[in-house]
Amino acid sequence: MFDALSDRLERLSASLRSRGRLSPGDIDAALEEVRTALLEADVELTVVRAFLDAVRTRLVGASLATSLTPGQQVIKAVHEQLIEVLGATPLKVTYASRPPTVVLLAGLQGAGKTTAAAALAQWFKAQGRQPYLVAADLQRPAAVEQLRVLGDSIGVDVYSEPSDPVSVAREGVERARRLGRDVVIVDTAGRLAVDAPLMAEVRAISDATSPHYTFLVIDAVTGQDAVHTARAFHDSLSLSGLIVTKLDYDARGGAVLSARGVVGRPVVFASTGEKVGDFELFHPDRIASRILGMGDALSLIERAEATMDADVVANSASRLMSGQFTLEDFLAQLNQVRKMGSFGGLMKLMPGVTKEMRNAASNVDDRELNKIEAIIQSMTPRERRDPAVLDGSRRTRIAAGSGTSVNAVNQLLKQFGEMKKMMRQMAGGGMPNLPGKLGRAAQMAARADRSREVPAGFEALGAGLRAGSPAPSPSGKNKKKKGGRVTPPKQR
Amino acid sequence: MTYVLVVVALVVVALVALVVVRSRTRRPVLAPPVAPLPEVLVEEVAARPSLDEPDALRTRLASSRGVLDRLRNLSGEGALSREQRDVVEEVLLRSDLGVSTTRAVLEQLDQGVHLGVAGEVRRVLLEFLDRDRGVRLVADPGRIPVWLFVGVNGVGKTTTIGKLAQHHVDEGRHVVLAAGDTFRAAAADQLALWAERASADIVRATEGADPGSVIHDALGRAGARHADIVLADTAGRRANNTNLLDELRKVRRVADRDPGQVVETLLVLDATTGQNALSQAREFLAAAEVTGIVLTKLDGTARGGIVVAIERELGIPVKFVGVGERVEDLRVFVPEDFVDSLLAP
Ligand SMILES: Nc1nc2c(ncn2[C@@H]2O[C@H](COP(=O)(O)OP(=O)(O)OP(=O)(O)O)[C@@H](O)[C@H]2O)c(=O)[nH]1
Ligand SMILES: [Mg+2]
Repeated sequence: MFDALSDRLERLSASLRSRGRLSPGDIDAALEEVRTALLEADVELTVVRAFLDAVRTRLVGASLATSLTPGQQVIKAVHEQLIEVLGATPLKVTYASRPPTVVLLAGLQGAGKTTAAAALAQWFKAQGRQPYLVAADLQRPAAVEQLRVLGDSIGVDVYSEPSDPVSVAREGVERARRLGRDVVIVDTAGRLAVDAPLMAEVRAISDATSPHYTFLVIDAVTGQDAVHTARAFHDSLSLSGLIVTKLDYDARGGAVLSARGVVGRPVVFASTGEKVGDFELFHPDRIASRILGMGDALSLIERAEATMDADVVANSASRLMSGQFTLEDFLAQLNQVRKMGSFGGLMKLMPGVTKEMRNAASNVDDRELNKIEAIIQSMTPRERRDPAVLDGSRRTRIAAGSGTSVNAVNQLLKQFGEMKKMMRQMAGGGMPNLPGKLGRAAQMAARADRSREVPAGFEALGAGLRAGSPAPSPSGKNKKKKGGRVTPPKQR
Repeated sequence: MTYVLVVVALVVVALVALVVVRSRTRRPVLAPPVAPLPEVLVEEVAARPSLDEPDALRTRLASSRGVLDRLRNLSGEGALSREQRDVVEEVLLRSDLGVSTTRAVLEQLDQGVHLGVAGEVRRVLLEFLDRDRGVRLVADPGRIPVWLFVGVNGVGKTTTIGKLAQHHVDEGRHVVLAAGDTFRAAAADQLALWAERASADIVRATEGADPGSVIHDALGRAGARHADIVLADTAGRRANNTNLLDELRKVRRVADRDPGQVVETLLVLDATTGQNALSQAREFLAAAEVTGIVLTKLDGTARGGIVVAIERELGIPVKFVGVGERVEDLRVFVPEDFVDSLLAP
């Protein structure tokens, strides 16, 4: 269902005039594809329309970089527009001159507020602050208990009382002040935007605590309703920004654009997992690529950098390039890649991969990988380095040792041979014989490597590969978590 | 295994390529943005158009002339006009039906409209929703029926179990709850509070314990006390992680082992979820043999139209809907009512 937009425009490109200015008809056809992509990413319909209008203006007016095909021009325009919208008016988290800085979290039921509250506390702690958590969700059974456990695990105190949410919040902030904590995070009960009494209650909490920051916690998988939620919370709480959760789900995250589009407030943080540590400042460029179905090379690389052993990678990368790749290297690589998560998941982040590849990858199951590992592990080091020595009896031994069949061993060896050939071609600078777009992506990577002047990766953009060129972050913010510069907080 | 190696190779190659390229390429100097952008893209979220006949509408929406004008033609017979198509498309997309199911509805309408546009859309949607929605309460002789609840984080699994526990108890059944979410902080406490309210039995273990063993113990308890049914909670998990799904597969196997028998595996979906719900359904179906869906949070403004896509593409019937946080806020799914609420203005 989720064909990458680049794939679709690619197909369309064939019918577009190959170079030069786009005709209005071309633009219509291309924008229709973009519309579908945005809708499949759950961007709200009104926001889609406004967005497409803006892109159309760009395309009509744009003087054209001649090296781009029409499809690429459209993707470039859309991508830039997305980054601009998502990254506009970024919010720097700053601290009140008279502590504590009060942060209020609100949102629908099940959006992930409680986990976000703890994660945020952890984030502030990492900034060298002394956060304090207030559990004002007295609605959901055991919500307070949940925050207590999370608070314990990160070493942050949690305050709550079984009284009423407004007094808990007020008293919590008061206590934080007495205890000399400089940040207070108030978790509130989930509520529907149409639930007037509960909306009045969160409003009262806000009035009682005068938060410096009010964040709407919104789920990345939210559908068309995201705008109503965002608008309603903004109307009653005047949001400072959004926290988007569950970005680790295989969702396109269009809700982020929807919400952003109607309240004009930036997404400040994103959570990418259930653990308190899976929480970071938001990167507009990444979600932009995801919304368009172009993969998320940056997240992929970061994950690779976090989980893979740099030496192992560098080592086998150089052997790979020099064509001396052995089964041993392969096993090492495989282990590294497996640490990063499921193949299906990885392929989804990988730019420029065709649907077939994605499907194939998501069908790779752990058992098969275990089998491959078992087979290689049953070989002697010499056999791993030089599979040519593997005669019938050795193969039988390996099959028995790994609990597989001779047939499986044969297959693995044959495949490995083909794989090596493929890599040798690539290393030799020739056309890598990879299927379809991934091949092109690899080529592109090789080319970008050789000539620095490939402009800002735009050409690669068309094929979806944006690895070498992190997209502009309009705030000029560093990619790594830094945050926490001190400027005056929002007026009260 | 044939393609596995190729895939592995590609992943490895691509990753290495990406890492190498990134380490060598410096950040490009970027051109300034083309045009400054307004902060708010959309000042006014467009109202949902209605499919109702103009006459019925006129009384209710007397003020919104614009909508009325657009609807004037909507009672037509025969072929759909371009404008009618657009309105139908907008209504369905705004209900989260998704692009392909919306297209499927429009294709059906293109074959001719006989009941008025709104009536025809209802008919087509009900056709997609034509399914057996019975729930199984009994297992094979000598075995204990288990209802297993699965889904992503925060959709309402535990709350739904609380509601259903009360429902079963009210009908005179002896219920045992299995607190199979041993992952999330205080998840068992949450279920315990529901058990207390409903006077159901609960079996729980410490956090981090093996969920399978909790369910195993619950079956033991149920057998000893001659319980009529076991409702088993599981930890919320994302649907795109093989390890988590494997764990679920294992939990299901344990629950299905004598004396237990899983008679219903209910996937809980949140009505505010958009297109991702379809992937959730696909993955959970493959991992846990889902037999039905519980659609929660229909008390909000979200319509939950993605379940139409799920029923159409995967054939999993919706069995219950959640319409609030209180114990009585659970209903049996009625397609006619659901479709009406999807199409309501
Ligand atoms: N408005 C509304 N809220 C609901 C409904 N069902 C559940 N909730 C709320 O949604 C939130 C999450 O519900 P839980 O039952 O904890 O969800 P869960 O799937 O068990 O969550 P995890 O165990 O954390 O994965 C709670 O605040 C519930 O009160 C519903 O039908 N309507
Ligand atoms: Mg739960």
